Amino acid sequence: MAELDTSGGGKKGKKVRSKKANTKVDLTAMVDLAFLLITFFMLTTSLSKPIAMDIAKPDKDDKSTEKNELRASETMTILLGKNNKVAWYMGEAGKSTPNVESFSDVRKSILDNKKKVAETTGGRQIIMVIKPTSGATYKNFVDIMDELAITKITTAPAIDDENITDAEKDFMKGAGIL
Amino acid sequence: MTAMCDVSFLLLTFFILTATARQPDPLDVTIPSSTYKLKVPDLDMGILSIGKGKVFYEIVGKDVKMSTLDKMGEKYSIKFTPEERERFGVIGAFGVPVQSLKQFIMMSGDDRTKSGIATGIPADSTNNQLAEWILQSRTSVAELHGTSMRISIKGDAQEEYPAVKKIVDILQKQKINKFSLITSAEGDAK
Repeated sequence: MAELDTSGGGKKGKKVRSKKANTKVDLTAMVDLAFLLITFFMLTTSLSKPIAMDIAKPDKDDKSTEKNELRASETMTILLGKNNKVAWYMGEAGKSTPNVESFSDVRKSILDNKKKVAETTGGRQIIMVIKPTSGATYKNFVDIMDELAITKITTAPAIDDENITDAEKDFMKGAGIL
Repeated sequence: MTAMCDVSFLLLTFFILTATARQPDPLDVTIPSSTYKLKVPDLDMGILSIGKGKVFYEIVGKDVKMSTLDKMGEKYSIKFTPEERERFGVIGAFGVPVQSLKQFIMMSGDDRTKSGIATGIPADSTNNQLAEWILQSRTSVAELHGTSMRISIKGDAQEEYPAVKKIVDILQKQKINKFSLITSAEGDAK
């Protein structure tokens, strides 16, 4: 490739021979650069893809009467409030006092409750109800869905932003997170 | 060395060409991160960007875009020229009322963000153009590719939940109960 014949024809004698210069180009740096760029493009094409988090919400117009009843003792409700705070309680609304926590602590609570439910009911899965309120941000919602994925809650969580009871609202107002 | 150089440049060219140029996002959203691993598919998608109270819509695929534009033009009785169709086919996300869409299409990329014309797609109950866009693009995908369109939501992390809920309600009205939230990748659980 990068070589040229610089011998200057086949003339006889040594006096007319032109100076022989070394024209071999050192390709090392160029190859280095090329591979660096290859690596860069390979990584950016596959790594820059965003991640999709699939969410399923209940059908609003579902008129079917066949609905599974949830056992209150196996249900954990998480309310998302403002200032990146959550309130959670087990069982029925109004009967148990919710606990107010920040997002960094809620994972432990979920795991504790999951274990407790599994122990008391003989291996049944905990049922999660997520209720984002008007004070929550979009990030809070994504974070809590992520927490469920991290804590390996395999049952589909119920995302309910319609039926936030008065008892829940009152509590959240009292705690200053609504 | 020469052969190695040749091969590496061949590969380099390949990767540069296959890397799709990223369309500039007209709406600046910071997406939240999650530990999910599922990648967003490239085809038959509609992406809703929500941020600062505005909604932008991006339809993936040139043919789908053009077909959707035709349908919207019919609906709102606006005639789009072949050139406008062509230009709309390569547009990224857009957030203008359909009435000023003609003007928006003919602008250069820079002006589109600068002019302040991009006020978001109207999504009120009286003038619900967003629902119309979604519906028409879904019909287009179904007609052209024979599959159903996936809807993804790209929300700003600091966006209030009610703003997102409003969009989700529009989707649910069209019986879209399953959709994806676009997040950026995060390392393993902290």
